[in-house]
Amino acid sequence: MAGLVKRMSLIFKAKANKALDRAEDPRETLDYSYTKQLELLQKVRRGVADVATSRKRLELQAQQLQQQSDKLDGQARVALSQGREDLAREALTRKSALTQQIADLQTQHVSLQAEEEKLTLASQRLQAKVDAFRTKKETIKATYTAAQAQTQIGEAFSGISEEMGDVGLAIQRAEDKTQSMQARAGAIDELLASGALDDPTGTAKDDIQSELDRMASTSQVESDLAKLKGEIAGAPATQAIEGASTTTQTAPSPATPAEANQQPEASS
Amino acid sequence: MIIRILGEGQFEVADHTVEVLNTIDSKLQAAVDADDEPGFHHALDELLALVREAGARVADDYLGPSELVLPAAESTLEEVRALLGDEGLIPG
Repeated sequence: MAGLVKRMSLIFKAKANKALDRAEDPRETLDYSYTKQLELLQKVRRGVADVATSRKRLELQAQQLQQQSDKLDGQARVALSQGREDLAREALTRKSALTQQIADLQTQHVSLQAEEEKLTLASQRLQAKVDAFRTKKETIKATYTAAQAQTQIGEAFSGISEEMGDVGLAIQRAEDKTQSMQARAGAIDELLASGALDDPTGTAKDDIQSELDRMASTSQVESDLAKLKGEIAGAPATQAIEGASTTTQTAPSPATPAEANQQPEASS
Repeated sequence: MIIRILGEGQFEVADHTVEVLNTIDSKLQAAVDADDEPGFHHALDELLALVREAGARVADDYLGPSELVLPAAESTLEEVRALLGDEGLIPG
C-alpha cells in the first residue's frame, strides 16, 4: 500500500511535469515561470502585510477590552466600599465575560503571529529560490541546445514549482485564517460600538457608573448637609462672642483717635 | 534524500531514516482511511519531528525538487484529504 506521503509527493511532481510539458520551447517555460514566481513573491509579501494588519487590529481590540475590564474592576471596588455588593457583583459578572473575550483574542493573536512568521520565512525562501532560478535561467538560455536544456530545465523547474505550490498553500491558509479572524474582529467592533461593552473612552456612562455616580452625589449631598448643619448649629454661640468683642473693641476707638491711628504702626 | 515539509521547507534526510519514515507513513494513511483524526495528528507529529530532528535544512537557494512532500504541521485530516483528492488545490 502506497503511503499518504508518497501519494502527496506524486501529486506535486505531476503538477510540475504537467506545466513543463505544456511548453513547446523550454526557454519560454523559463521566462513564463519566472514571471509567475515574481507574481507569487508579490502575493506572499502582501499576505504578510495582511496578516500583520489583522494582528494589529486584534491588539487594539484586546487593549480596548482590557481598559473596559479594568474600569469594571474599579467600579466593583467603589461599589463594595460603599456597601453595594449587588452592584459590585454585576460589575464583576460583566468583567468575567470580558476576560473570556480577551483570552480568546490572545489565543487568536498567538496563532496570527505564528502565521506571520511562517509566511515571512516562506517569502524569504521563495526569494532565495527565485534569485537562484533567474541565474540558472540565464545560464541555460545562453548555452542553449535543445537536447541538454530539457533535462537542465526539468530539475530547476520542478524545484521551483514545488516551492511555489508550497508557498501558494501557505498563502491560502493565512488568508483563510485572517478572513475568519476579521469576521470575529468585526463582531467585536460592533459590540464595542453598540455600547454593549460600554464606551472604552469613558465618555458615555454605563448603568453601573450612573448608579455609582448617583451614590457618590447622594453621599456628597449628605456630607455637605451635615457640614452646613454643623456650621449653623455652632453659629449662634460664636456670633454672640464675636459680636460682644467687636462692640467692646470698636466702641472706644472713635473716642481715642490717637490710639486708633497708632495701631496700624504698632502692628506693622 | 530531500524531503519537504509544507510550510517549513526542505530537509536532507539519510536513507535509514527514510525507512522509519515509511512505517509512520503507513500509520498516517491508515488513520486517514479510518477517519481517525487523533491518530492522524499523532502520526503526523511523529513524522514531522523525525524529519526535523534527523534531517539537515537544505539551503534556501537550492533549486531541486524533493523526493517526498509531507503535510504541514497542524494540517487537519480534511485538508490533507483535499490535497490528495484534487490536484487543483495545489496552487502555483
